[in-house]
Amino acid sequence: MRVRLVGIYGAALVIGTWVAAPLLLIALAAFTPRNILYEWPRPLWPRAFSLDTMLFFLRSTGVWASTLNSVVVAGLTIGLAFLIAAPTGYALARYRFRGKGAVQLSILVVKMFPATVLSIPLAVAFIRWGLYDTLIGVAIVHTALSIPFVTVIVTSVFVGISYELEEAAMTLGSNRLRAFLRVTLPMAVPGLAAAAIFTFVLSWNEVFAATILTLDHRTLPALIVDSVISAGAPLHFRFAGGFFMVMPAVVIIFLIRRYLLTLWGVTVR
Amino acid sequence: MAIADAEALTGVTRARVNWTPYLLVLPTLAFLSVFFIYPMAQAISLAVTDPPTGALTWAHFRRMSSDLYFGQAVRFTLIITAIAVPLQVALGLAIALLVNTRFRGHTVFLYLTALPIGISDLAAGMIWLSILTERGYLNAALQRLGLIEQPVVFLTLERPEWLLAAIILTELWRATAIVMVILLAGLQLIPKDYAETAAVFGAGRWQTARHVILPLLRPSLQTALIIRTILAFQLFATVVTLAGRQIPVLAGETYFWYSLYRSPSVASAYAVLILLLSASITWIYLYVFAPKAGEVRL
Repeated sequence: MRVRLVGIYGAALVIGTWVAAPLLLIALAAFTPRNILYEWPRPLWPRAFSLDTMLFFLRSTGVWASTLNSVVVAGLTIGLAFLIAAPTGYALARYRFRGKGAVQLSILVVKMFPATVLSIPLAVAFIRWGLYDTLIGVAIVHTALSIPFVTVIVTSVFVGISYELEEAAMTLGSNRLRAFLRVTLPMAVPGLAAAAIFTFVLSWNEVFAATILTLDHRTLPALIVDSVISAGAPLHFRFAGGFFMVMPAVVIIFLIRRYLLTLWGVTVR
Repeated sequence: MAIADAEALTGVTRARVNWTPYLLVLPTLAFLSVFFIYPMAQAISLAVTDPPTGALTWAHFRRMSSDLYFGQAVRFTLIITAIAVPLQVALGLAIALLVNTRFRGHTVFLYLTALPIGISDLAAGMIWLSILTERGYLNAALQRLGLIEQPVVFLTLERPEWLLAAIILTELWRATAIVMVILLAGLQLIPKDYAETAAVFGAGRWQTARHVILPLLRPSLQTALIIRTILAFQLFATVVTLAGRQIPVLAGETYFWYSLYRSPSVASAYAVLILLLSASITWIYLYVFAPKAGEVRL
């Protein structure tokens, strides 16, 4: 028994270090003065910390504008994804209907689909529709990517809330909509918030579609990819950019930790 | 169960069809038709038609396959997938089993190991760049240990196998978390009595894991493999940050043909190739992992 415990904690320590160390190192690099980053011998722990590197990144052309673009795209994506997918999630939780299995299967297929490659034909179509290089165009693709996730969380949230409460409200004189709005929805808020937050991460992180579908209105990942590919951005810009992109993830995964298994748990059976 | 209640209320007692669920599902289906099915058809049509005349042609596929980068892109994508995905599944399974022992502190460990789910391929590339670049942390550590005098250049075309190793390492670090979460969700569906029963009949821990847990985990393993493999075919930002175009991959070539060479047709040919690869690998996994007659399905 003792041996087993040592094995478990030993393995947890090794794996935990493997995941955590690179995160700490990029944070360290982001606050290391520029000249130390290029020094040799390179000190493992910098002699001094400074905001230089981060400020250089934040002051680079286009960074603020594209960060704002990223946030707007993520906001639009959350709105669109909820408008489109939340009713489906509710229907899958509350109703039994012919074709339900097919709907669930097609949502699973979408999750497994190499969706980013659809950016090419969409770019061609968006040029015709006047959506090319617009934030709403990017948000539409991100919505397509996030629909499966929003649907599964919303379904699991409403499965977890007893329908009897809604029924009780209806016997007390509410109509169905009112019962939903006053009774069920308030209980669903934490789960729905988790779905919104995850949608934000998905959109904030998405690189390929954003790079293909924008030209001047870059999102942050698209701007960084562009500056790496065509401009050969310096290392300190890359480290600071990497750290800046990672920061929200640490907070967000913590906020939605209860729903992680729901997001990915549905399988092919 | 809520479903049963709703059914009693809306379905069984009334003879006519209740249209509400269809109405609720409609927006999703409509949206996916326009932004999934239409572009997929459009990708195929772009890849096989001549833009000015609209005539059927294989020219774009010929242009794609005669390009110098094409063979390399196919080879590197398949090599990276074939090495990275099994490693991710093995490590993901190990972490999921470890979390499932519910040792003290397993929730913190789960949060930590799930963190990379929120990290983009681009950011992960930057993170490992800070470790593996010439004046990076790895060289600093090696120098401190007295193993090297001058920095070793890991990320160079002169050592393509090191570039590949860097990409695979980064993908392993970033994407294992998704596999782990899928497998953990699957593990938690397996009733505890199964393992207990196996123990009563004298099975050791390994035998239980091998002959009871793993077979029951098959649907989750299958899903994890399909999702990871298809995502590996779309590998883009990690490669761009660590290797540029020195290691060409399929999604990268799609990007270069669209943005650099301004040829949506050849880019679509690449997109169709990725679609076909993804569809075939899914079919293979479903076929290989299909339960044989007489096996229990959970």
